[in-house]
Formats: sequence, C-alpha cells, structure tokens
Amino acid sequence: MSEFVTRRSVLAGAGAGAALTTLPISMVTLAFGGEREDFTFTYISDAHIQQIKGASFVRNWDQGLKRAVAEANLVKPESDFVIFGGDLAQLGKREELDHGAEILSKLKGKLHAVMGEHDYYLDLGDYWSKLYGPHYYSFDHKGVHFIVLNSILTSEQWTFHRWPTAEQRMLEMAGLDNPNGSPFMVGDKQRKWLANDLAKLDKKTPIVVFSHSPLQKIYKGWNFWTDDAEDVQALLAPFDSVNVIYGHVHQIQYNQIGSISFNSVMATAWPWPYPQSYAQAESHLPVLTIPMNRADPFFERDATGWQLIDIGSGRVAARYQLWDNDQRTVAFDHKAGHPVDVAYQEPTQRRLPQTHY
Amino acid sequence: MAVRKRAATTLAAMLSLSELCFAGAGLAEPLGLPPLTIPQDNPQTADKIALGNRLFHDLRFSSDGSVACATCHKDDHAFTDSPLRTSEGVGKKTGTRNAPTVINAAYFTSFFWDGRSPTLEDQSQHPFLNPVEMGLPTHEPILLIARSDPFYVELFKKAFGKTGDGVTMEEVKKAIAAYERTIISGESPFDRWRFGNEETAISEAAKRGFEVFVGQGRCVSCHVIEQNQALFTDNRFHNIGVGINRAQFDVPRLSAEFLNAKSKGVDVDKAVLTDPKTSELGRFAVTDQFDVIGAFKTPTLRNVAVTAPYMHDGSLKTLKDVVKHYNNGGRSEGDPAQVNDYLSGGIRPLNLSEQQMDDLVAFMETLTTPAYFGAKTR
Repeated sequence: MSEFVTRRSVLAGAGAGAALTTLPISMVTLAFGGEREDFTFTYISDAHIQQIKGASFVRNWDQGLKRAVAEANLVKPESDFVIFGGDLAQLGKREELDHGAEILSKLKGKLHAVMGEHDYYLDLGDYWSKLYGPHYYSFDHKGVHFIVLNSILTSEQWTFHRWPTAEQRMLEMAGLDNPNGSPFMVGDKQRKWLANDLAKLDKKTPIVVFSHSPLQKIYKGWNFWTDDAEDVQALLAPFDSVNVIYGHVHQIQYNQIGSISFNSVMATAWPWPYPQSYAQAESHLPVLTIPMNRADPFFERDATGWQLIDIGSGRVAARYQLWDNDQRTVAFDHKAGHPVDVAYQEPTQRRLPQTHY
Repeated sequence: MAVRKRAATTLAAMLSLSELCFAGAGLAEPLGLPPLTIPQDNPQTADKIALGNRLFHDLRFSSDGSVACATCHKDDHAFTDSPLRTSEGVGKKTGTRNAPTVINAAYFTSFFWDGRSPTLEDQSQHPFLNPVEMGLPTHEPILLIARSDPFYVELFKKAFGKTGDGVTMEEVKKAIAAYERTIISGESPFDRWRFGNEETAISEAAKRGFEVFVGQGRCVSCHVIEQNQALFTDNRFHNIGVGINRAQFDVPRLSAEFLNAKSKGVDVDKAVLTDPKTSELGRFAVTDQFDVIGAFKTPTLRNVAVTAPYMHDGSLKTLKDVVKHYNNGGRSEGDPAQVNDYLSGGIRPLNLSEQQMDDLVAFMETLTTPAYFGAKTR
C-alpha cells in the first residue's frame, strides 16, 4: 500500500511505518568513498491506454494511470523526477499516446519516458518521439549515471518485410504468447552507442539503466526476454554498481547477475501471473520466493501499482505502492550482494496465497 | 409476523443472552449472524451489562448535561439519530459524520467511519472528550459520578468488585462495550428466506434485487454474505466517491497540511470531526496511506432501511439515492463531472435499469430485524 514517504536510508525502516517528518536530505557514505546525496524518483509504467472509439477509452486503464499520477504528486518531499516505463499506449495510436500524455502532463517534476513495444510498432516510435524525444539517451543526476534504452527492437526482416500493414505489425507484437511475434533486442547500433556512453565513466560510478523489456532472459514466449541480453550485460559488467529497472512484466521480479541488479516495476493497468512454461521454450524464471496474491476480479486495481525508487549508496530500493494491498519493498542488501524482498525474508512473515473455493 | 419488543434492550433478554455467552455456547446468535466473539478480558455478565446500559444512557457525562451515547444512538431509532445528517453534540454543535448504528457493531473489527479505533472498549471513551460530541475536558467528571452515585457504586462493585479509586475508565469502557455486545439482531425477512429456507419471507421484487446484489450490482463484494450468515460488511475501507469527489481538488493541500499537523501532534479524533475538509480524507487520516484517501469503512446493511440518511456524511437521503450513486460509478448529483482520481478499483458504472435499482432497494428493505420495524426514522 502507498504510504507517506520520507527520505531514508535504503534498508532502515523499509517496510516499517514511515516517520511523518520531512527529513533533511541525508548524506550517505558511498561504498566507493566520498559522499553523495540519497534521492528518490517516481516510476510509473505500463498504462496501456486503449482507445475504444473516438473519445472513448478503456476506463479501467485510464483510472490506473490517473490514480498513480495523483498519488505520485502527493509524495513529500517531492521526488527528484519521474520515469514512465513504457507501454503508455495499447496499439501505438496517436489518440492513445495523446490521451496518456494528457494524464501524465499532470505530474509534478521532470518526466523521462521509456519506449514500450505497444508505443512503437505502429509507426516505429515516430509520434512518441514528438512527445518524449529520443528513443535512447543518458543523463546524470546527483552522482548517478542514468541510461534510457529502447530494448524492444527486433530484426529488420520482421520489422520491415513481414507484415502487410503497420496495424498488423502492431497487433502481432501486442499479442502475448504469439508465435508470430519476435524476440526483443537492443540491437547493434544502440549497443555501440551504449559502449561509447559507458567509456566516459569511472567504473565506480553508480549506473541505473531503464529499459522496457528485462535485460535478462526470463521467458521467451511472452517476450520477458531480450535476445542480446548477454551482450548488453557484458558492457555493464565492469562497473561496480549497476541497476537495471524494467517494466513490461506487470509483476514484481528481482535478480542479480554479477554486479548487475535487476528490478521490475508494476503496471498501472493489469497484472500478469507468472507464465507457465510450455513445451517449446525453456523457462528461466527467477526463483519465486513469495507467491503473489492473485488479482481479485472485483478490485480492478488489485495487483497493480506504482513505485518509489530510492537510490542509496548507488543501489536501488524499489518501494512498491500496491493498491488494495500491502506495500512491498525490494531493496539491495549490501551484505547478501543482491536484492531482497524486505518484508518477506522471514518465513513467518510470508502470506500464503489466497485460496478460492 | 408479530412485531416483537426490542428484546435485546430488555434486561431479561440481556440476562438470558449473557448467560449463554457465559456458557460459551455460541448458539445464542439470531438467525443470520455468526457466533459472537467476546474478548477474554471482558466476559459478559448481567451486572456489567446493566451497568453499561445505564452508562450508555447517562446524560451527565457531557459538558452541559444534554448528551449521552444514546443521544446519537437512540434505542427507538435503531440506535442512530436518524433523520439527522450528521450528529448533534453539546450546544447543538454538529460534527462531520453520520452516526452509524450500534446494532451488530459487536461484530466489527474497527470502529468509527475511518476505523481509527480497534475495539468497542477503546471506541467508547472518545466521544466523551470530543468538543462537538460530549465536550468534556477530561474523563474525570465521569469517574467522579461513577465513584459517588449510589447506583453506580453498587453496580461497579457487583460487576467488577471495585469501589472508589479502583473504578477507572477501564471499567467504564468495559461495561459500555459489554452492553453494546447485547445489541445484536438478525432474524430479518432476508434471514428467514436465505438461511431459514422460508420461500415466502420476502417479495419477488426483493428476490430479484438479491440477484442484482450478488450479480450485476456487485454489492456483495464489499457487503459480504457468507454461506450460513451475513454481516454485510468486509470490514475494509473504500473510496466510493462520496464527499471526496467534491474535495478532490483540495487533496494535495489537505493531505500535506494534515500530515504536517499530525507530525506536530494534532488529535486526529478532533481534526476529522471538527474540520469538514479534513474529514473527507477518510481512512488516510489514520494510516497516512495514499490508497485510502477518501476511503471509509463498509457499513453493515442490516436495518439499513430504518437508518437513513446514508454514507459517512449523511449526504444521501434515500436508498434509491445510494443505488444511483453506485450506478453512476461513484457520482451523485452535485458532484463534479469527474470522479476523484483516488476512487476504489471496485467502483465503476453498473448500467442497472430503473427496475433493477428499485428491486435492489426492495431487497435492502428485507434486512430489517422485526424489533426495528417501528423504528422512528422520520
């Protein structure tokens, strides 16, 4: 559940009731020497704004995004900036992107947007660019280097030579478990750009990468997957502290590969369950430590939400604001060297999945 | 169907009920209600219940001697102050909240519209001190009377074995709660139809209304009905658009101001009852959690036909108004065109026909316990 948020060190108080005072910004001693400010940013993702006809849009998805925006605006002290993690639209239409952008325009603070496949495959991101600028770029904030990638690209052949219409191409990529789909990738051109971008940095600089698809291979059938994930990881691996934050999966996931931590963010639209493996593809799911409560069909917002991301000592603590549910925090544990689901490490703390009769 | 006397409030009924509770039989519950849980540290006894009854009705526990618990929870108004929109306290001061019925409150898991109190015992102490309710500066005047009035001296001794300074607010709270635990009622026409298999207990319209209640209306999602009993509440908090729709544009300022005031130690109890705008923050004022902004507790629907007006602020006059509000996806006449952004995910337009809405009202009218058929609501 959402709670009043203060700047705190990553693990202290995570999961406990928040203090109600506006604390001064704390200076944290960095693991790699020196001092740097802790800070927080807001992460909203996967709104899937969907046009029915004319000025009529799917109410449920509208409500999810509106609610996230309204609540994010109440955070005190204010977040440093906001990330939208992709899939603003459902079918990439100008009307959908405009409608979503209008809702997002109410956000306080600077907005950075990540490209999702639902935003891209109608006009290959043309209109999206008019709203949000380049598909990939980097920026620096309070000693942390942030990289925005477009990780939902696929082969030239599939993109340009397979489908009779742009609409058909969009529909094929929007399908889940669709054998006509194609695995996502970052691609050569962007990886070259990434290598150049990283070349300027000290290996001790904390890095946060925003992508829409996971930059790790989880489940190909649903494109919980990036085909050149290993190549991207290899570019990031030399750095001491790398954090990848991705959307697309509509569920809480976290993982550690070498120095790279992975955190997913929730959708505001609807939740996906963990996919069941099927015969044609091996499943590479991270170990499931706590089963997520299944969405209650009555509460449309159940198992959806938004996040506050704390950056402390160059590592991420993702604080999930879950509607009609308990707030969860997945934070990097410096002792363990990987992210942990803070409230659920103790078996006694775990909530059993709901039983329906 | 003969109208019985309000059995729950006669001493004889209290005696028999408390004996059953004593025996731990758990079988005393009227048709349609689950077994009642009695706290281990506050067992029901006839003396304690009689004492609580007297405390509940005593006007002297208010700053000007004009207000008792029973002023807003009147026995003959199904334990509400219907038809008042919001309750009147000392000096005719009005608060921000509509008095909920005490009937079956024994089953709730939190108290007040925003759930800021966890037990009946805890709840009972707060209205005494609220400036717009009973207006006492402290609980001392209550204890002075409790320790000196011969009737009370005798009863506190019988009920708790305590006299003089041994009598504290603990005993007062326990006695009031014990009395309130006798105010339970089921056996409505609905109960006889649903749990007693009496086919003719309710009308055809009400039966159709029940189908809307559990089907297209989705009312049952929060107003819970179980296999063998029904409390018509999930004991949770939901933003259904009442009050908060009108305050929606002030939420950023209100929430920031309230949290700031709370951090400086403002009394939430007073803040939500005396400041209409703060009141609309609902459960948020208790938990500071954004997803319960404008959310209030799901009330039971038992006896709802005799406890008008409706909602935390008494803003809806009739059951039909309530049904229309839900049918509009959480909007009432006079609300802004846009529902508030914090609306519960369970609220959406229902597309009910006029007939379905009337049937729903007919269904809700079957939830009245015979003892309250004659409750004064106008």
